[in-house]
Amino acid sequence: MTPAALEAVWRIEQPRLAARLGRMLRDVGLAEEIVQDAFVLAMERWPAEGVPRNPAAWLTQVAKRKAIDRLRRTTLIDGKHRELSADLAALERETPDYDTALDEDIDDDLLRLIFTACHPLLPVEQRTALALRLLGGLTVVEIARASFAPEATIAQRITRAKRSLREAGIPFETPRGEERHERLAAVLEVVYLIFNEGYVASSGPDWLRPALCAEALRLGRSLAALMPEEPEIHGLVALMEFHSSRFAARTDSAGNPILLPDQDRRRWDWSLIRRATDRLASVQGAAAGPYVLQAMIAAGHARPETDWIAIAAAYQALAVISPSPIVEINRAVAVGKAFGAQYGLALADSLSGEPKLSGSPLLPTVRGEFLEKLGRIDEARAEFRRAADLTGNDRERALLLRRAGG
Amino acid sequence: MRFMMLMIPQGYEAAAPETRPSAEAVQAMMKYNEELKKAGVLLALEGLHPPSTGVRVSFAGGKPTVTDGPFAEVKEVLGGFWMIDVRSREEAIEWASRCPASDNETIEIRQVFEMSDFPEDVQRAADGFIELQTSLK
Repeated sequence: MTPAALEAVWRIEQPRLAARLGRMLRDVGLAEEIVQDAFVLAMERWPAEGVPRNPAAWLTQVAKRKAIDRLRRTTLIDGKHRELSADLAALERETPDYDTALDEDIDDDLLRLIFTACHPLLPVEQRTALALRLLGGLTVVEIARASFAPEATIAQRITRAKRSLREAGIPFETPRGEERHERLAAVLEVVYLIFNEGYVASSGPDWLRPALCAEALRLGRSLAALMPEEPEIHGLVALMEFHSSRFAARTDSAGNPILLPDQDRRRWDWSLIRRATDRLASVQGAAAGPYVLQAMIAAGHARPETDWIAIAAAYQALAVISPSPIVEINRAVAVGKAFGAQYGLALADSLSGEPKLSGSPLLPTVRGEFLEKLGRIDEARAEFRRAADLTGNDRERALLLRRAGG
Repeated sequence: MRFMMLMIPQGYEAAAPETRPSAEAVQAMMKYNEELKKAGVLLALEGLHPPSTGVRVSFAGGKPTVTDGPFAEVKEVLGGFWMIDVRSREEAIEWASRCPASDNETIEIRQVFEMSDFPEDVQRAADGFIELQTSLK
């Protein structure tokens, strides 16, 4: 058996093992450490002995033994295992029939793991590292490589996250009622952050990091299967699928970015677009949250001809449920494209006193484009000059100055 | 990367038109399908009617010839397929290995082409195909 084949087994089993251990030990941090130990042992044994017939049962048994050892040691050192809420005696007594017991509550355990690892108490970069580690089954080295961060940084984030969860006494539970809404938002934020980290690589040699996008997509699809009743999860998965469909069209042969309006739409992945469209259609009619609305905006672009009316409508809805100047300016653009430059300009003008936009080239660029379309060339040029003064990007400045007439 | 897992049940080539899987077989398979779905790897799956109700269109001599099933000369036929999106070929093999298949069944694993797998000239030649997909949307 090749290392890659072992790794494949491991990748599939790892989140479920972490989930089961989390429940047994009521401690995500300890579960993470023991998962790591079990992985080391598997990598030692499996190449020689072959993968066990039931790897899940093997791993769970090994992990349980290791957990008992750990708890004993802690008990010896401290006199009592006060840090751990797991009951050592109960753990030793418990002798489940693995073949039947393993799968029974695994969905619930996975949900508990997801909600605990992505607890909003943790800073988002810690949540992200812990999620990639426990839910994606990536090693610290792989997370570091994927996100172009030093290994020590990732290891530290995970350590801190585990400590915070322990100190705050966060229970290993799936939140219910009102709390569930807010906690789910924290989970989805993590998934979308992982995706964006891959999609708009902020550092490193590649502009795109498809591996991280693929992890986020898989996590999202997994969440959607575990909680099919949550429209926002489907919205997020559809949104990520729409974005992913443009991978091949986002860069030219030299690797330079190509912006959305200039992309060759024939190079988009239309089978992915179709899947995203179907998924989005399955939740339409439900009260749309921010991810469903963003997916609707992406859907408006993911067509042979952009549907600006649909996009303007989705921005209008987004402006109601999560208002921001950025949403407003995008709405102005969509309205202008859908109904005419004069309507877009009127909306853009209403934003002129907005302090959050005052230092950005965004508003003058948008006004410049509308004014140009309306034939008010002198005013348009003045706006482009103003935008050129505000941008920090050399290439963009050159482009704006050209439009300003030099 | 995307893979097709092609289910090839021996004997299906001669199965009667009304042949259907048993409730137990379907139940076991549903559990497996759920697992694929909850792992976030399942993109699509379908099962196919027996080839005795199928039709073959062959092109010997440059013109289409239609033959009704069953097809006596054919030894292996498809019973259904899964499309999965996984990290590696090995992961596809591991998922296939977990299928609750019967003695007579074989799963063939084939990677699905991505546009980037083709050289530039083939990609250009395929532009029309992508346009077609676009207009079908």
